Formats: sequence, structure tokens, C-alpha cells
Amino acid sequence: MRCMLKRLSLLWLLILAGLAAAPVWAAEGDAAAIVQSFGGKQGYDETETHIKEAAATGDPAVAPALRALRDGNLYWRKSDEAVFIATESGDTLKLADPMTGADAGTAPKDDFTKVRVKNSIRVAVTAALGSLTLRAENAVQRLRAADTLFSEADPEMIEPLDGAIAAETDATVKARMEEARAAAVLESDRPAEEKAAAAKVLEQRGDREALNKLATFASSTKDEAARGAAERAIAAIESNIAFWGQAQNVWYGLSLGSVLLLAAIGLAITFGVMGVINMAHGEMVMLGAYTTFVVQEQIRQSAPFLFEWSLAIAIPLAFLVSAAVGLVLERSLIRFLYGRPLETLLATFGVSLVLQQAVRSIFGPTNRQVGNPDWMSGAFDVGMMSVTWNRLWIIVFALLVFAALLLVLNKTPLGLQMRAVTQNRKMASAMGIRTPWIDAMTFALGSGIAGMAGVALSQIDNVSPNLGQGYIIDSFMVVVFGGVGNLWGTLVGAMTLGILNKLLEPFAGAVLGKIVVLVLIILFIQKRPRGLFAQKGRFVDA
Amino acid sequence: MILARFLGPRVIVLVAVLLAAAVLVPAATLALPASSPFHIPAYLVPLIGKYVCYALLALALDLVWGYVGILSLGHGAFFALGGYAMGMYLMRQIGSRGVYGNPILPDFMVFLNWKELPWYWTGFGEFWFAAIMVVLVPGLLAFVFGFFAFRSRVTGVYLSIITQAMTYALLLAFFRNDMGFGGNNGLTDFKDILGFPIQAETTRAGLFAASCVALALGVLVVGAITRSKLGKLMVAVRDAESRTRFIGWRPEYVKLFAFTVSAVMAGIAGALYVPQVGIINPGEFAPVNSIEIVIWAAVGGRGTLLGPVIGALLVNYGKSVFTGLAPEYWLFVLGGLFVLVTLFLPRGIVGTIDHGWSALRERRRAARAEKGESMGEGGVSSQAAE
Repeated sequence: MRCMLKRLSLLWLLILAGLAAAPVWAAEGDAAAIVQSFGGKQGYDETETHIKEAAATGDPAVAPALRALRDGNLYWRKSDEAVFIATESGDTLKLADPMTGADAGTAPKDDFTKVRVKNSIRVAVTAALGSLTLRAENAVQRLRAADTLFSEADPEMIEPLDGAIAAETDATVKARMEEARAAAVLESDRPAEEKAAAAKVLEQRGDREALNKLATFASSTKDEAARGAAERAIAAIESNIAFWGQAQNVWYGLSLGSVLLLAAIGLAITFGVMGVINMAHGEMVMLGAYTTFVVQEQIRQSAPFLFEWSLAIAIPLAFLVSAAVGLVLERSLIRFLYGRPLETLLATFGVSLVLQQAVRSIFGPTNRQVGNPDWMSGAFDVGMMSVTWNRLWIIVFALLVFAALLLVLNKTPLGLQMRAVTQNRKMASAMGIRTPWIDAMTFALGSGIAGMAGVALSQIDNVSPNLGQGYIIDSFMVVVFGGVGNLWGTLVGAMTLGILNKLLEPFAGAVLGKIVVLVLIILFIQKRPRGLFAQKGRFVDA
Repeated sequence: MILARFLGPRVIVLVAVLLAAAVLVPAATLALPASSPFHIPAYLVPLIGKYVCYALLALALDLVWGYVGILSLGHGAFFALGGYAMGMYLMRQIGSRGVYGNPILPDFMVFLNWKELPWYWTGFGEFWFAAIMVVLVPGLLAFVFGFFAFRSRVTGVYLSIITQAMTYALLLAFFRNDMGFGGNNGLTDFKDILGFPIQAETTRAGLFAASCVALALGVLVVGAITRSKLGKLMVAVRDAESRTRFIGWRPEYVKLFAFTVSAVMAGIAGALYVPQVGIINPGEFAPVNSIEIVIWAAVGGRGTLLGPVIGALLVNYGKSVFTGLAPEYWLFVLGGLFVLVTLFLPRGIVGTIDHGWSALRERRRAARAEKGESMGEGGVSSQAAE
């Protein structure tokens, strides 16, 4: 079955190649002959006929000759009426082949005659050129021609466009051509009904360029009916653009939210279980990012073919590196400070300074280059918003990590014990849970997740020793907002803050938006000091 | 004398030393010839003056952290706000001597094509107005912020984090050019203060003396507050907030009072700091700066009057020495300091010495008591030492 498919597709390829190639061969001869026909004494009418013939070939190869004709650079030799593109330099001409543009030496000016042009000829050439590229073999070229015609809308081009539209087979290209035609109609002196129809076509296109065209038209036209149609179209486009603008902002917000989720989720569980604010959490993220850098360096040096897999390799390694650092930190420092959260905050801040400086000493203070694998780079469009692959994958990754953590917390013995310790440390201890061991494991887990967050962040942010600092305050905000000891709170908190930030940005600017969010959080804490998803329990002093 | 007994001998000695420094250091730099062994080079005066401002800032933080247990990670914001208020006055004093020679507008506003002074700059041409703002702006911010935070019982690490968020938000705001505070570059190029050229040695000596006097006053004020009944209440709130509330006190007002007074002190420190270093920029709002203040107080010993002063002087002297010798290792030292102090020296230098001293006395007394000598009112002095 597969074999047959293969053969079939091969056959198709052959047929297509033949179809595509055949007209080119056929046209080349014709085109050359037509270009040569500009040679010899002839009247303007005759020249115009030749131009129409050239356009009719639909062969873009005649375009250079036509352009030269329009610019007065087309000559023919008196001796044999051979046609050349030529540029004057003193008494001589630099000659070039009209079809290929190849250099054909120089010759005295007196041996040649310029093909005469006047305005009507130039107009004919312009029209011919437009329709030529409109009929180009390559769909991409046709698309480009249609786009050029759209932006330089010219009533003269309506007819060539009509012809091209009739002949067009590619739906996308056809649509673009129709838009170009509509733009040209708006510029022309055609009747109002036709202009109203054109406004409808532009409304379908619905982007900013169409908006500009319609706006210029609406402000200049005297025709009430046509203006009404244009204004309706403008309103429709504007609301459409606004909608997609908001959609794009929400998308950016989700992306920011997923980054915050990755950075904050580890913090949330260490803070939730142990009541410990780990100021070095951002540095765990940074370590993860540097792990990615080291992995990529190793791959570049010894196994370049693995580059596409570098992130997959880096994720577990980053988890292990950060988890190990977290474990050491917990065992050597934090466990001596339990019950003194403010001191823990200070000590871990000291650790963060040391870690930053250590990384700066080892890797240097400048940004490190971490590459994007192919599947992480590029973007695609959804409607009028653009979606980059790296952001998309980071959202997916954040949700996967979230789900995995949820599973660990709810379905494993470790998770059960962690929840028990969160809810009531003394009681859990009395039930035989080794709370110090749980603390150490929780801290390692939280740090490890931060390390994985670092892998993701290395794809969208600068990998520098200060990487973690930029996220730590935002992560705290997420934890404080979402509430402690509840992963769902962290998820909702991260996404809310992310989207809120990005929705505020267009009105208030990036910085002011951030300030507004901070103020909102401070006000929010007034109402719910223990966050969105507060843990239920009886306590006086937390 | 009554005051001396109320404040304790140590405070009196500290104040006396500061006042003596306010007189002697300027004298040593201005009057003594360069050859004299007691001569202080001119460049050192603003440097030490800077440390003195830091000491006042550390003392301000100690009032809320050491005595009320509020770990503010945003005190740098109050310091910087006071500094900006002073900086705005100094900017207006430049007059037409700026690069663009505009008699009204500071250079950066001319550069931004602004036509007139924003409304919030009015009045800063006058020193008295700026001086009021130095006190009022940080005080008001602290009052409003504290009112909301303490009323809804935001405590512990939550409070620390939102104070940090506060200074972070201000950092972002002051970085903006259109805020009208000079954006990234801040305010600088000062010429005069109260008509005296700011670079002159005599002016610097005067500013140094003013800083010492301000610190001495700060010590007196904090001393008076903490020795008063209110001070006892503060310690009660620090050690058992809920219990204090259940007894019938309103801890939030105690906290609000301390927080506001502390912010005002920080603002004054900032206002004295700016003319001595010659610049104020948004970097002063950076959360790291605020945390550094905490380590000054922690090293010296929180909950003491002497500690933060000593801590600020020591750590900043160490910073100057270290950044001169091996700048890249300073962060290791600072980070190490955070860890070691919290682990091994939680009372700080002064606190540890005090504790050791009273423990020693306790042991001696116990030894004497064993010998059969009656001690009468035994526990009182040890309680006072706390």
C-alpha cells in the first residue's frame, strides 16, 4: 500500500514538473521574438501593440525590457535592428541583453536608435508590467504582485487585475488580487455601488492597511453612499482589530502566567509546607538556566546531532542540579532556622547573593547564549494574532509540570505526608511521619521544579546571573495572591496576574501596568490576607 | 540627669560621642594642617558622613524590626523618598547654571522638551518646604501603607514581601522619564545648598556635623520611645502580638506609630545623604539596598540602640575596603554575613556582648548566693538587660 502511494506521488511529481516546465520553454522563444520586435522604425501605435503582445505572453522575462522601455533605456542597432537595454555614458552605450541582462559590451552611440516613448506608452508599460507579474508562474510572485498593487492602488490596474482574477486558480492569491482590485476601485472614479462593494471586500481583509485605505477614501470622497459604506467597513474592521488585539494580549498574558507558574510553583510548596520564604528560589531558576547552557555547550562540542534534544536532556539534569543545591541548603542551613521565618528569609537572601556571585565568577557577568531548537523557534498566525512556538511549548510545559506535581502531591506517599505536614506539623509528627525528612524532600522538590523552570526561561529570557532576581518578586506575588499550600491557588494566581499585567500594559504601559498590579495585590491582601485559596484551619499566629 | 537616668548611660555616651564627632571631625579637616597626625583628609569627610546617614537609616529600621518585630524590606524606599525631596530642592538651586541654562527647569526637563515645572515641583525652590516634604512624604507613605497593612493583620513574611513589593514598585516608577524625577539618571549636578557651594570643604564639614547631630537626635528619640511605656508595649507586640491584643491593646496602632516614626527617620537620613554623595537615582529603591539595611542592623544587634549604629559603620567600612581590594568577592562576604549572622550571631555584636555580660553577672550572683550571701532583689537587673 505504502509502496503504491509512493509510486503514485512520484508520478504526480513528474506530471506537475512537466506541466510547470513546458510553458516556460514555449514562452521563452515567443518572448524573445516579441522583445526583438521593438527594433526598427515604428509608430507609437505599433509600439503599444508590441507592449500588449509582450504582456499577453505572461512571461516575466520580458519585464526588464519593458521597464527599460519606460525609462527610455531601450535601443536598437541600426545595422541589424537588434534590441538592447543600454545606459548612456558620454558618446558610448553600455549594452546589455534585453532578456537575460547579460553584459554585451559597449558601442558608439551613433550606431543605435532609442525606442521612442511618450506618456501613453509609459502607462501601457506600467499596466503591462503589473499584469505580467500578476500572471507569473510562481504563486508567491503573483501574491507579491497583488500585495504591491494593493499598497500602491492605481485605477489603471483594474482591468489587468480583472484579467488576472479570472485566470487565477490559487484561492489565496485570488483573494489578494480581489483586495488589490477593491483598493484600486476606491481610488478610481467608478460608480458608488462598485465602491461600496469594494469597501465590503476591504472589510473582509480587515487589517490595518485596509483600514488606512478606507480611512483615506472616507475622508476624501464626496459621495455620501460610498462614504457610508466605507465608514461601516471601518467600524467593523476596528472592532475586529480590537478583538484580536485583546486576544493577543490574553495570549501574552497566558504566556507570562505560565512562566510565573513555573517560577512560583516550587516556591508555593516550600512556603506552604515549611512556612519558609526561600529568597534563593530565583537562583535555583538561574541554576536551571545555566544547566541548559552547559548541556548545550557539551552537545555543541561533542555531539551536535543531539542539539534538537538538548532541552529534553537539560530538563532532568536541571531538576537534579537545583534539587541537590536545595537539599544541601536545607540540611546545612534552613533546618537550623525553623520557627524563625524572618531569619530564614535573611539567610536565604545571603545564599542567593553567594550563588549569584559564584555563577558570575564561573560563567562571567555577561549574558550567555542558549539556542532554541528548531521546534521551539518560529511562529504561526491564528487569525490576526501571532503565536510563537517557544511560548506555546512553555505553556504546555508549565501545565505538564503542574499536572505532574498535582499527581505527586495527591497520589504518592510522599505527597500524602507532605500534605499532612502542611496541615498540622505536630500531629503529623505524632503519627510517625518523619517531618525533618519531609522538609528536606519538599525543599529539594521545590528547588528542582525551579530548576526546570530555568530550562524554560532560558528559551525566552537572557541567561545571566541576575535571571532569578527578575522573577522572585513576581513569584512571591503569585504565592501571596493565590494562597499558600494550594496548587490550584498558584495556578489561578499566576494566570490572573499574567493576564492582568498584559491587559493593563496597552493602557498604562509596561511599567505602570506592573505598578498597578502590585498596588492591586496590596489592596487584595487587605481583603484576604491569606490569599485567594486560603487554607482552612484554626490558627492565631501563622 | 533625669533624662540620663531614663535613657541609661550607654545612650548618653553614644550621643556624647556623636556630638563630639560633629565638632571634632570638621575641626580636624579644616583647622589642622595636612602634616598633623590628626588631620582628616577632605575626601574622607563625605564618606564618613555617608556612613553616619546609613547608621541613622539602620537605627530607623531597628525601631521597627528590633523593637516591634516588623521586618521591613522596603526601608530603602523611605530613605530614597527623603533623598529625592532634598534632591529636588538642590535641583532648583542650580538655577540657570545648568547645561541648558534654563532658569526654572532642571536640565532633564529641558531635555524632555517640557515647557513648565510639573505641579509637584512647586515649592521645592524653598528649603523649608523641601525640609517639610523630607519628613512628610516618607511619613505619609508609611502611614497609609502601614494603616492598611496592619489593620488587616498582614504580618511576618507576608508583610516583608509586600514592603519589598512597595519599594520595587517605586523603583519601577522612578525609572520612568515621564514621572518628572529625572528617570534613570536621577537628580545630580547639584551646586548649592542654602547658598553654600556643595563641593566646598566647609559645606561638607557642615553636612557631616548635621548628620552626626541628626543621628544623635535619632538615638535620643528611639531611646526615649523604647524606654517609655509605649516601648514596653512595642516589645510585647513583637514577642506575643496575639496575647497583647487579647489583653486589650491595639497592636496595629503601636505598629503604625513605630513604622511611621521609623520612615520619617529614614527620610531624614536620605535627605542628609544626598548632598554628601551628590546624586540620587532610582537605584536607591532597589530591593537589595533595603535588605542590606537589615543586615547592618542584624550584624550590630537588633533591639539595641548601639547595635545598628555600629553595624552600619562596620559593614559599610568593610564594603568600602573590600570593593577597593577585590570587588568581585564583596557579594560573597555580604552573603556569608547574612548566613553566619543569622546562624551564629542572632543577637548581633552588641546583643551578644550584652547577653554574655548579663549571663556572667548572673553566674557570679549565683555563685555568691551559694556562699550564703542574700541578694534581695535578684531578678530585676537581669530583666532590665533584655
